[in-house]
Amino acid sequence: MQLSIALAQISTRLGDVQANLEKHLSLAQEAHAAGADLIVFPELSLTGYVLQDLTPVVARQPTADDLDFRHLLNASQKIDLVVGFVEEDRRHRFYTAAAYLSLGEVVHVHHKVYLPTYGLFDEGRFFAWGDAVRAFDTRFGRVGILICEDFWHASPPYLLWLDGADLFLFTSASPGRGLRNEPHLDSARWVEHINQAYASLFTSFVAHTNRVGFEDGLNFWGGSTVFDPDGELLVKGPYHQESLAYASLDLNQLHRTRTRLPLLRDERTALMMRELGRILGEPSRGDR
Amino acid sequence: MIDLRINTDLARTILTGFLRSEITRMGFSHAVLGLSGGVDSALACYLAAEALGSEHVLAVLMPYKTSSPGAQEHAQMVVEAAGVQSLTVPITDMVDPLFQRFPDANAIRRGNVMARARMIVLYDQSEAFHGLVVGTGNKTEILLGYTTLYGDSACALNPVGDLYKTQVRQLAQEIGVPEVILNKPPTADLWQGQTDEGELGFTYEEVDKLLYLLVDQRFTPEECQEAGFSKELVLNVVERVRRNQFKRTLPPIAKLSNRTVGYDFLYLRDWGS
Repeated sequence: MQLSIALAQISTRLGDVQANLEKHLSLAQEAHAAGADLIVFPELSLTGYVLQDLTPVVARQPTADDLDFRHLLNASQKIDLVVGFVEEDRRHRFYTAAAYLSLGEVVHVHHKVYLPTYGLFDEGRFFAWGDAVRAFDTRFGRVGILICEDFWHASPPYLLWLDGADLFLFTSASPGRGLRNEPHLDSARWVEHINQAYASLFTSFVAHTNRVGFEDGLNFWGGSTVFDPDGELLVKGPYHQESLAYASLDLNQLHRTRTRLPLLRDERTALMMRELGRILGEPSRGDR
Repeated sequence: MIDLRINTDLARTILTGFLRSEITRMGFSHAVLGLSGGVDSALACYLAAEALGSEHVLAVLMPYKTSSPGAQEHAQMVVEAAGVQSLTVPITDMVDPLFQRFPDANAIRRGNVMARARMIVLYDQSEAFHGLVVGTGNKTEILLGYTTLYGDSACALNPVGDLYKTQVRQLAQEIGVPEVILNKPPTADLWQGQTDEGELGFTYEEVDKLLYLLVDQRFTPEECQEAGFSKELVLNVVERVRRNQFKRTLPPIAKLSNRTVGYDFLYLRDWGS
């Protein structure tokens, strides 16, 4: 089975949901016309990234009652979409969220679990912390979504793997930083390393869409990638330019790779749980 | 060890993209900048020309009567090489009446007045040329506070402010700034014979490495000494950086209400664009 995926590494207008929505709809149409089954937009693709006090203004509820989501759900009749947005829950907490839309339905919403609040990042000041990491079923098999800092930690991808995800969809608005005498920024090099590592360690497909453009002095570097279960790079978007990067995923590769390398079969989850329980139950050692 | 070299192609891509994005999203297509004949403003000029098209850039030469003729020749070389529009507005007639009113004003006062007169000319041209003022201050001088507040530090955006002086030289060389500009001693040219390194008391080569450890690598002052820098230099630089924080922040507003500009009224400048 083949899955044709389009990584939409776009630039966004900060706080202008209408303009960003129009870009989503036009690219979804373009990707569908090119034969793609699924288009993945980056983190906070409907809103822009450094929202600060714009957060409550741009927040949405991902239902057909919301006019913007109604347009996106309509588009999902032709092509599955992953879109980034701010979700406001019924208790008025705001989450960095990504929704998987297919055939007019909201199949899954992921709330960002790890909100970087250090260095140049201040997400914990404006957003509530997500509290679940769940895989979900799609017409292309079982999928997991994580947002940026979520996959800088090893545990969320690991949980998705055990929850049955064979395709990891990662989204980012990653500010470029760490310019040295090297071909890539430090931030780009790091993300590419770990995504290739996850594909290899979990013998799964890892697709990552990262945005481009600028917000004040921050640049977003793009370079979206898909790695296959062997850790091979299938496609890479350009750095610092908008693009739709297409990759055709041969999902039968999962069968071949896992026959050769049964890491999933051999994963000792009970041992892991036992040892984790012991570690967490013990008084902390060496932390002070 | 300490390697300040950068990938100049990547720097060029990011900095020209930054200028293009942040100028056009504000509704402008033009840029204005002051050309001193030095390497920082030369680099900023080349980058702006590459980002916007050379005809969209206005380089303004603003000599004072004591300014070095060499500097103006070098600025003119940049204008011709980058192909930008240019204008020469001498500031002598602007500042001399004030100097005559205060004949005892020392070199620092006079230098500050000249830097602020140039700011007035640039912001006037910003309106006349419908272009944003592009800053030319580098990371070294921003950290050391070697700049005149509301003078040469005033700008709408700054493409070179995260590059140390030695990195500015590296990128400038790559982008084609003439050798004579790269190789001359940096000077604010506010009085005759002034050089940055003479006034500061250390070389850019040396202080850039120290700042890299202190700022980028978060070394403690003691660790910098262990890395080979003299105690005197380390303490001097640490104190300079601290003392000049006021030049790097907006003036604090006394908080009274529940929502105050600068504390909890938080929007990027790119708000809505």
